This record gives sequence, C-alpha cells and structure tokens, in this order.
Amino acid sequence: MLRTTPFHARTVGLCASHAWRRWAGYVVASSYELSHEHEYHAIRSAAALLDVSPLFKYSVRGRDAARLLDRVVPRYVGRMEIGQVLYTPWCDAAGKVLDDGTIVRLDSNVFRMTSADPGLRWLEANAVGLDVAIEDASESIAALALQGPTSRSILREVCDADLGHLKYFRLTAARLNGVPVTISRTGYTGDLGYEIWLDPGDALNVWDTLIQAGTPYGITPAGMLALDLARIEAGLMLIDVDYVSARKALIPDQTSTPFELDLGWTVDLEKANFVGKRALAEAAKRGPAWRFVGVEVDWGSLDQLYADVGLAAQLPATTWRASVPLRVNGNQVGYATSGGWSPLLKKYIALAHVEARHAAPDTNLEMEVTVEHRPVHARARVVKKPFFDPERKRA
Amino acid sequence: MTTRQYDAIVIGGGHNGLVCAAYLARAGRRVLVLERREQVGGAALSAEVFPGFTFSVFSYAVSLLRPEIIRDLELPRHGLHILPLESTVTPLADGDYLAQWSDHDQNRRELARHSRRDAEAYDEFGRLLHLMARAVKPLLAMLPPDPTSLRPRDLMGLARLGKHLRGLEAEQFHALHKLLTMSSADYLDEWFETEALKATKAASGIIGTLLGPRSPGTAYVLLHHYMGELDGVFRAWGLAKGGNGSVSAAIAAAARTLGAEIRTSAPVARVIVQGRRAVGVALESGDEMRAKVVVSGADPGRTFLELLGAEHLPEDFVAAIRRFRFRGASGKVNLALGELPRFTALPEAGPHLRGAISISPSVDYLERAYDAAKYGEFSPRPYMDIVIPSLLDPAMAPPGKHVMSIFAQYAPYGLNGGWTDGRREAFGDAVIDTLSEYAPNLKGAILHRQVITPADIERMVGLTEGNIFQGELTLQQMFFLRPVPEWARYATPVPGLYQCGAGTHPGGGVMGASGRLAARAILRHGA
Repeated sequence: MLRTTPFHARTVGLCASHAWRRWAGYVVASSYELSHEHEYHAIRSAAALLDVSPLFKYSVRGRDAARLLDRVVPRYVGRMEIGQVLYTPWCDAAGKVLDDGTIVRLDSNVFRMTSADPGLRWLEANAVGLDVAIEDASESIAALALQGPTSRSILREVCDADLGHLKYFRLTAARLNGVPVTISRTGYTGDLGYEIWLDPGDALNVWDTLIQAGTPYGITPAGMLALDLARIEAGLMLIDVDYVSARKALIPDQTSTPFELDLGWTVDLEKANFVGKRALAEAAKRGPAWRFVGVEVDWGSLDQLYADVGLAAQLPATTWRASVPLRVNGNQVGYATSGGWSPLLKKYIALAHVEARHAAPDTNLEMEVTVEHRPVHARARVVKKPFFDPERKRA
Repeated sequence: MTTRQYDAIVIGGGHNGLVCAAYLARAGRRVLVLERREQVGGAALSAEVFPGFTFSVFSYAVSLLRPEIIRDLELPRHGLHILPLESTVTPLADGDYLAQWSDHDQNRRELARHSRRDAEAYDEFGRLLHLMARAVKPLLAMLPPDPTSLRPRDLMGLARLGKHLRGLEAEQFHALHKLLTMSSADYLDEWFETEALKATKAASGIIGTLLGPRSPGTAYVLLHHYMGELDGVFRAWGLAKGGNGSVSAAIAAAARTLGAEIRTSAPVARVIVQGRRAVGVALESGDEMRAKVVVSGADPGRTFLELLGAEHLPEDFVAAIRRFRFRGASGKVNLALGELPRFTALPEAGPHLRGAISISPSVDYLERAYDAAKYGEFSPRPYMDIVIPSLLDPAMAPPGKHVMSIFAQYAPYGLNGGWTDGRREAFGDAVIDTLSEYAPNLKGAILHRQVITPADIERMVGLTEGNIFQGELTLQQMFFLRPVPEWARYATPVPGLYQCGAGTHPGGGVMGASGRLAARAILRHGA
C-alpha cells in the first residue's frame, strides 16, 4: 500500500481538493485548496509549509565518510565545513548523471545525504574497503519545508536558533517548541526558506507549532503543484521529468552528463579520483553537445496564434511535464521538458534541452503549441536561469 | 477409401498447428487440420473436469503468446481475453511471505521489508533483463540460420545476427554471456540476498525442465520469462478468460474464418510417403487425405519415429531425434475448492490470491526438490506455481466456489518403477500436504482433485515423456539446434513434410511462434 507521511494526520484534514500525488511511494497533497494558486503565492509573498518527508535520506558516518562521498559525487566534500550543505549531482563511471541531491556535514565524520531515488546500493557499492557506516534514514527522519519571505520570522517565534547568522546552504541544530530539530537554509523554491528535519514522533507537534506561530505571517500549507511552479521559476531540474537517470535509461541517448544539465560548476576535476572522473574530464574537453536552458515563450506570438483561430490566448493553468519540440527555422534543435505560466513574472516559461550551438541567451526558437487541436509554433527565446532569483534567498 | 486434395494438412490441432493453419489459410492455401481428440487445443485445453468446475487442464497461463499473432489473426475479435496476473506471493515457513507486486512503489516497499539492497537491485536487474530480452527477442521472430551452412540465406541470417550482437553494449554482451553459461542460482546470487526472492525468480529458469536452479544454463531460461513483458501488447502476462482452451478456440475460430477446415476426432495413423516425398496422411479410420505438404504439430519424437517411421529418414537424423531430450519434469494438480485457501502468512482473502502463489521459499528448497528427481523420485516437497482462475473469471466455478491450478515440479517421467495410479495419487498427496503447510484450511476445502503426471500428459495429449515444451528448453536444443542441427527451419529430410510444434525453434510456452514461423517457411518454399 502507499505510505502516508508522519504529517498525514494533519494534511488529510486540510486537503479540501482531495488531490493527492504519489512521491516515492508516499501520498502527498497536490494542492490543499481547490486551486493551487494561493499556495503558490504564499511561497513568493508569505510562507508555505510543505511536507517533504518522502525524500530519500542516508546517514553516512565513520572515519572514511568524507572519502566515500568524495568518491561518489563530483563536488569536493572533504572541504565542506561542519554545518555546510552542498547540492550535487552524481554520476556513473561513464560520467552520466544518476541522481541529484544534497549533502550535509553534521560533524567532521558525520554526513547526511538526500536523494530523489533510492541510493543505498550505490553508496554501499562504492564503500567497499572504507571505514564507514551507511544507514537508510528515509523513514526515521521527517521533513518540512518552510519557504517564503516570512519564513524566517515564523521560525524566530518558535525556535532558539540564531537564524540571523544562518547563511544560505548552512544548517544548525535547534529546539523548536522544545523538540530537537535541525534547520537548513535550503529549499526547492529559489526563495528565502528553510527545511526542518525532525524525528517522525515529533511531526504533529512541529506542524501545529509552525501553523500556530505562522498564521499571523500568512503561513499556508502548500502542495506539489505550487512547488512545481516555484522550482521551474527557480530553474531547478527534476529527475524523471527534466532528465533520465542513467540507472533507468534504456538507450544511451537518454543519459546526460552534468555539463549537459548546466551543472558543470559541480564537477571538480581537480579533486582526487571519483566515479566518472575520467569520462567527465573528456566530456569537459569536448564540451557538451546539449545545454539545459531557460526558455521564454513570446506572448505576442502566442496571442497571435490564438487570435488566428478567433480565441484569446490560453495559458496552462498548472505546470506541464512533457516533451515539447523546439525548432529553429523549422528544424528541431531541442525539447522543453517542463513549463508553465509564472503568475509572478507574468511570463510563459519552460526548462529545455537544446543543442549547444543554439543555447546562447536570446537565441530565437519556436516552441510547438497546440492551438485548437493543431500544432503551431510560437516564438520563444533562450533566457538565463533562474527566471526568478530574489535577493532575500541569500540575504 | 476417399481421397481429397489440399494444399496443406496439419497434423494436430494444438495451438501451434492452428496458428500454422491460420497463416497458411490467410495466404490463400487450402488447409485441413486433423485433431485426434474431440476438442482442439492440445495442451492448451479447457475442460469441465468436475460438474461446474472448468480447468485449464494442462498449460494454465499466457505470457509469451506472440503479439504479431494476436494482431495478424485478430484474436481479441475471436474471443481472446487475457486477464492480468498482477502479483506473485511466496509464502514462507515462518509465517511471513515475500510478495512481488506490479505497482512499483508497492513492490519496492515490500522488497525493502526483506532487504533494502534487493529493493534497489530489483529495478536494475529488471532494466538489465529488459535490455537483454530486447537484444535476444529478434531471434525469436527469425528463421534460425545454420552457422555451419554456406548457403547465402544462412550467411545473410548469420550476418544479421552478428551485426545485432555486435550492436550490444559491452555491459549487455557480458550479461548475455553470463546468462548463457551460468546457473540461475549463481546468476541471481550476483544480484540479490533474499532467499525467497532468488528462489522465486530462479523457478522460472527450471519450469518444465529436469534441471535444478544450480544447473548451468538455467540462467538463460530466466530471460525467456522477460520476453513476454516486452511486447507491444500491454499486460500480456495473465490468464485467458475461459481457460487456456479459449486461446486455442480463438485461434481455431480465426483459422476457420480465414478458410481453414478443422476436423476433430480424426486421429492420424501415419504420414504417407511416395517417391520419398510426403504426399498425405492416413487416418486411423482408414481414410486417406492428400496434400502438397504435410505439417506436423506433434513433437519430433512422435512425428519422425511414429507418424513417419525411421525407415524414411537418414540414420544420423534418426539418431539425433532419439537423442533429443524430452524428460517431462512436472505435473499438475487441479482442485475444485469449496472455499478459498487461507494462507497463514496472509489469511485474509486479499488481492494476493488473484495473482500467482509460488512455493519457492529458498534456492535450497528448489534444489532439494530436484535432488529427488535426479534419482527418479518425485519431490516430497515440490516447487509449485499456483493460480486461482475463478477469482479473475468467476465462470470457471459455481458461485462462491473456486478452481485452483497447481503446477508442481519435480515429477519425473522416468519415475523409479514407473507411474501407476497409486504413485500418481501419492504425488498428489505430496503436493496437497506441502501446500497445506502454508494454507492449513486447504484439505478441508477440497471438493474434487485431478492429479496429472507426465505419463498422463503423454497419454492424454501425446506429448512424448510428458514434456510440456515438446522437448526440454535447454541451450543444447534451442535455436539452430532445435530439434536437430541443420533441420531447425521447419523443413525435414522428407520433402513435403514440415514441423510446426514447440519442438522447433523458438519452443514452448503457448507462444505460437513455431506455428507462425513454420507457415512462413512453407510459404517461402512455395507450397
């Protein structure tokens, strides 16, 4: 049967829409209200509370913990400070991305890793001969994301952490209404926000405390539809949607190097050997054949295509996940993998893979749109990611 | 004596004979199918064995039926309806169980209960076997080329095959080599640690074969299992509504619609040879039928040594047919039940009963079951693959009652002292006693039982030594070696005589592929 998260006792009563979604074998709300709109705006103008417990989490500890992680991921883990969080993809021996997630250094020999897919086997396979203990903590840690401009003020009301000094991608231990938690300044929205990691037994206490303290600050439980829009605005890719894990790819063309996913900055070719290094060094020399870019659809063009059939322009009410062809002069040069209308930016945006020579910002493209059952092509252009990047995210 | 002229006479109305006849009729040939029994189907047969209780008497599931046959013959229009089997549950002696579900999340959660590593390895294993099955599958749809022949057609076939194999990624090529050489137990040891999972997967490598999970070469047969999951027909793994006889009935209806004539209760006594050529058949009734070609759906032993006669064949060919291994290894127990079985591990009547139930708690268990058969005894605790078709298709039993099909292995054809009524029932008792250890209410629920041994299969359906695949599906008698080297392309040393049964490439499993490929070979030769 599908699992429910430790917060289910609360979320089930709030889910007026009855719209649930599967995530890693759990059910989580797609939206609580009938429309996700208010939940989305809470992320950008107040604070949204998201149940992110289904994330996979692994605890890695021992003398060789940093060595193991440095063997697995292309970023330099050994150099992390205690309390630092690091985002990274990781690759197979051919340098093709398997998964992406975060690594936290809790102590010099204690790390926690999150991933989108199960990763125990991969960690263990790479741990041969190392003095390290790996534990699947996916079910022993519950997680909430509190995201949005008022998130810091809400947390200040209920916990003893020094949030003023907690920098972006740092983590601190804290007590929240007396309950021990860890708070990281991270999230999947590209906004000011935090993620709170706690014992599942304390889940309802923490939820209730946050809702109560957050109500004056506009706290709003938010579901996956709102989150999906926010992460696209933030230019953050999603496994199985924007890329195929090399572990699941059925043909080589489905795989990607970090360079092809705009994650070249995570590949540290200076550090000692790690899985895929040789292949990645070659890939770096060659340069990527594909780029992962932002695309903005031209409003005037879209409006005209609808006007041609006597309609006002229609916009996707929620984000879409599909493979949508992108063309230059009628020849396909790429495909968008997720997109939607940004209510904040008032722009139709998408994340896309395009051939490297068409990836420069402001390159003109045509995106296929179905207008009254017929495929037509709207003007679009390559734009810099993230689409939305507020100062408060890091401030 | 009457004489009639047909383009082709097909001996045997099993599913392959019917498929062959349908394709020949579709190509405009005048075809006659002669079936010994009063009903077509061969081993794909449904019968109301006890009043109100209908069984797939022998073969009981559909997984490999070729999708192109389903499409070409429009089988759904002729009544084929496959009801999906969505899970496999392996009850364990300690009261726990291991389930494999079709839902990915549910499956992962269940496997992780036994081993988190296995839960993750399962997906990777599945992906690799998917890739391997994709790599091997084109061979199934191919007339097997003879690697020792220099004929242009064989050379071209080999070139195509070579190109295909060279196209494999190194990872896949290595995996293929391992699958071709290893035992299923050893191969699965490389992937998994949960005994029940390894055993339940290994079981598909030994079905119908007198080999154990630790016998080399069995890993390849695992792959066969994955072929059925690849094809365009979504959810082809399941039970045929109405039992497996309805698969045969649908093919027969298609064949008739295409113009084939099908005669039941028409046992063929022998193939008529004139001037070294097969020209027709003689029925046991004395009637003789003439045709340009005669196609035998019977197994190679029956076809060549009984229906044709060794005197018409070269000696080395006869010797090869005598060496072809049948060695039936399995039996069936069909039960009419007054109530559903309650498994100690899962006592409620839940969705697990709608899927397969596998008695395969460990690799050791399977190997021990095989030990008995090696020395000519049936397994005191056999491997079993069980389904309860009445849960998916209520018409199989009276309301509230059920039919249970138990495939049980090992029951060697060559039982010490031979099969007698007493030994048959003793085998039935071993099956029931073993299953009752996992489902204690079973004995009280049984209204009727039918026990079928390999000797019964031979007697009732005509399969030599009761082998359900018309000859063991082992590497030394597959592809260009099936049934005899140089004669693996459906033609025989006697011009005008062809084979279309599972004793030819690619083999058994209610695939229909042999029948289709035989028809292609016959049409190519200009019949």
